[in-house]
Amino acid sequence: MNDIVDPRSLDRPNSYIGRSVPRPNIRKLVEGAARYVDDVILPRMLHAAFVRSPHPHARIVRIDVSAALSIPGVVKAFTGADLAPHCEPWVAVLAHLKGMKSAPQRPLPLDVATWAGEAIVAVVAETRALAEDAAARVVVDYEPLPAVTDMETALDPATPVIHADLGDNLVFERTNESGDVEAAFRTAHKVVSATFHTGRHTGVTLEPRSILADFNRATGQLVVHHSTQAPHMIRDVLARHLRLPEADVRVICGDVGGSYGIKVHVYPDEMAVAVIAKLMGRPVKFIADRLESFSSDIHARDHRIEGRLAVDAAGRILAFDIDDLTGIGPYSVYPRTSAVEGNQVVNLIGGPYDFAHYRARTTVVLQNKTPTCQYRAVGHPIATAVTEGLVDLAAEALGMDPLDFRLKNLMADGSYPRTSPAGMKFEGLSHVESLEALRKMIDYPALRADQVAARARGIHRGIGFASFIELTNPSPFMYGIGGARISAQDGCTVRIDPDGTVLAATGVTEQGQGTEAIIAQIVAEAVGVPMSSVRVVTGDTLATPYGGGTWACRGAGIGGEAALRAGRATKEAALVVAGSMLQAAPDTLDIVMGNIVDRAGGAVRMPLSELGRIVYFRGDTLPAELPRELMQTRHFITTQFPFAFTNGIQASWLEVDIDTGMVNLLKHWCVEDCGRVINPMLVDEQVRGGVVQGIGGALYEHCVYSPDGHLLMGSMADYLTPMAAEMPDIEVGHVETPTRESALGAKGAGEAGTAGAPAAIMNAINDALRPLGARVFAQPFTPARILAALGRIPTETA
Amino acid sequence: MSTSVDVTLSVNGERVARRVEARRHLVDFLRLDLGLTGTHTGCEHGVCGACTVRVDGVIVRGCLVLAASLDGATVETIEGLTESGEIADLQTAFVERNAAQCGFCTPAMLLTAADLLSAAARDGAVPSREAIREHIAGNYCRCTGYHAIVDAIETVATARAGKGRS
Ligand code: FES
Ligand code: FES
Repeated sequence: MNDIVDPRSLDRPNSYIGRSVPRPNIRKLVEGAARYVDDVILPRMLHAAFVRSPHPHARIVRIDVSAALSIPGVVKAFTGADLAPHCEPWVAVLAHLKGMKSAPQRPLPLDVATWAGEAIVAVVAETRALAEDAAARVVVDYEPLPAVTDMETALDPATPVIHADLGDNLVFERTNESGDVEAAFRTAHKVVSATFHTGRHTGVTLEPRSILADFNRATGQLVVHHSTQAPHMIRDVLARHLRLPEADVRVICGDVGGSYGIKVHVYPDEMAVAVIAKLMGRPVKFIADRLESFSSDIHARDHRIEGRLAVDAAGRILAFDIDDLTGIGPYSVYPRTSAVEGNQVVNLIGGPYDFAHYRARTTVVLQNKTPTCQYRAVGHPIATAVTEGLVDLAAEALGMDPLDFRLKNLMADGSYPRTSPAGMKFEGLSHVESLEALRKMIDYPALRADQVAARARGIHRGIGFASFIELTNPSPFMYGIGGARISAQDGCTVRIDPDGTVLAATGVTEQGQGTEAIIAQIVAEAVGVPMSSVRVVTGDTLATPYGGGTWACRGAGIGGEAALRAGRATKEAALVVAGSMLQAAPDTLDIVMGNIVDRAGGAVRMPLSELGRIVYFRGDTLPAELPRELMQTRHFITTQFPFAFTNGIQASWLEVDIDTGMVNLLKHWCVEDCGRVINPMLVDEQVRGGVVQGIGGALYEHCVYSPDGHLLMGSMADYLTPMAAEMPDIEVGHVETPTRESALGAKGAGEAGTAGAPAAIMNAINDALRPLGARVFAQPFTPARILAALGRIPTETA
Repeated sequence: MSTSVDVTLSVNGERVARRVEARRHLVDFLRLDLGLTGTHTGCEHGVCGACTVRVDGVIVRGCLVLAASLDGATVETIEGLTESGEIADLQTAFVERNAAQCGFCTPAMLLTAADLLSAAARDGAVPSREAIREHIAGNYCRCTGYHAIVDAIETVATARAGKGRS
């Protein structure tokens, strides 16, 4: 078996794993030379614009496109009925989420609009501006229907049923239970409880959703330039639903301007574009505008959670009891489904702690609002906020310091492998070591002293903590076993070219995390060449091994391991040839910095380019039977654990202005254990970006709806996102507990920041407000909500 | 649909003459008429800052400026600043500090940062981290959390000030 990666090899030449090297592909970004979908222009390309429903729920009575088509340059308009015969509808359920149901969805609906913002009619024209002019002239007569908006009443008999065929508005329900929760609460020393809300929010990728579909009738090939995280998955979906052989669909994913889970889903308007391209035999481009992004990109995290926690007199956690309710819009989103977020919540609550009794129920219901689905850190920020909010309440009830209470209850570092009361299998975590590392980083006594001194001056500062776990490197247990055609395996092909440079084609994709950089680092080290000799190919289903793409923090752990194995296999193959050329046993040779060297002593025998020259151009000089396989492919899939869990802890230090309700962030820290760190700088930046995304959900971001189901925000002026002036500096620390499932030992790092930040912010605000007897549990923690909690304004105005 | 206007202007030092629709904003003009795709739009509402370019030496939101209003103007974009080498040190700092992830905000962020750096050079001061954050507060970046961007700008400001003194 392959040796595990040894970070002590850092001091060797061409050892790149563990080094903070800059990303080789970043230069184009700073020179404005990247190529996003909207930068691609094809001959005879048309532009699509959509007429979207202004109603949350309405029957489509009549559609008249004649005025739209009268504009010169407007080519065609399509309704749901026009596209339906050419596209199989989809139903987003997973078999392992027992009892889950959802209604069939089509590119454009046939007769009922189910959310404000749903695409109803598509218009294609020679320019985007003309397409928009035409869309404005399409007449749609609607008969408004009562809208289901409040998830609390979605299952009431008096509430209309959105899809009559489903019988009710229930999508999924699950109770995850172990131990004896009732008894634990009966005998508890103290019980704390709270009702938490996480505000519905969304990803706001700066580059909106973008697709350019091009169907060539002569070849029968559909080529799709797509801003996506999962090219092979999208190819599979397009092939099956447009009834094309998979081999005739090519998905090209160039530069992607942010994704965070938003661009891993099947969107009906994008499917419409692909169908239209196929029908017209011409390239069709669609780039969502910002209003369309807000009303049709998936939303997430619309949850209400009732939580209770029981502790004994010694300060040990006995039990969690959780009731989660979430509204997901009118359809479960294809193919990952919209039940996974709630399912994650009931799997992850209590995750860092050692206790015995657990009950968590999730209820997933339909509403006439934008569909929700997986967004960065899926379910984790919710589960962590509930867990850590209750933990702080318990510490307070016991009169204990929040860090001491955590230390007493965290799973001990030496206690793995183990299974949590929620049924999660942990291979190896480092909660205690991480907490101690954080305690040092923040200088806890100094912060507490500052807090006391500030209070004396009437300034309210708070410090909040959040221990967390994060699920990474998913196996087929996440989607595959439920019937979704989503690959948990990934592959890498490594090829040595005649001049000694190395190509690596990988199934994982780049959206800015640095995927191509870490693949280059791993391959350079595995083959034995300088990193500058490696070129990485991603994001083209015609050019890369089949794989799942980049989501759920699998790029480094899964894609990286495949790259390591492919690189090592390529080196081995090269040494076979080198052995023959040099009349030496292959295992006495090595490749270092692009040269074949003696393993003992390191004397350079010949450059890799000489080997390349001989193999490709003078193969006649080698023994006939000698294998000369300078291109190797390896795949990797995890088999021992369903997921590789990571862990960490965050701290937030902030100030609450009790007159304005404004929160001023002073500093943020995160200690993270994502296993083997391939590029510390890139991991730190993933953590920082993730933390700020978590802060956004905690303090600012909210998709606000009117009671009758209209989205009340439509621009970035009224949907607030974190901007530089309000964000704190963020310090990142590491503990490394590599997974033993792979030689590389890497787990994911992209979601930890988002998983823990909202909880840390909430706890810090409540720490600041504690002497004033106020608490907040409903995100986002807006000034109005904080003032209401302080009793300074009436609750209803918040 | 709308009337067209003839304009002649300088873009990255080249004289260009075009007939543009009155409603065409500067970013569409740069991207669609001139093929300069380094400038992006993220909102077209004047909020995200992704469309930042320089007009007559001042940074503006390209989505809020109509191309038809630019007859005689001088426009500079990321492509021009790259070509001239004016922000080479800043670009290198962004590369080394990983101050760009997806890169969609990056060209505009660089123009905004360059604006601060030249103001700082005029005053002979190194801006504080707070001042840097304040200056780029109109440029949305979803990926980085801003910390690395602030670091990169701070590095360049310090280096430039050092050079100025020596
Ligand atoms: S595109 Fe101009 S400010 Fe957003
Ligand atoms: S790097 Fe992606 S938005 Fe800034």
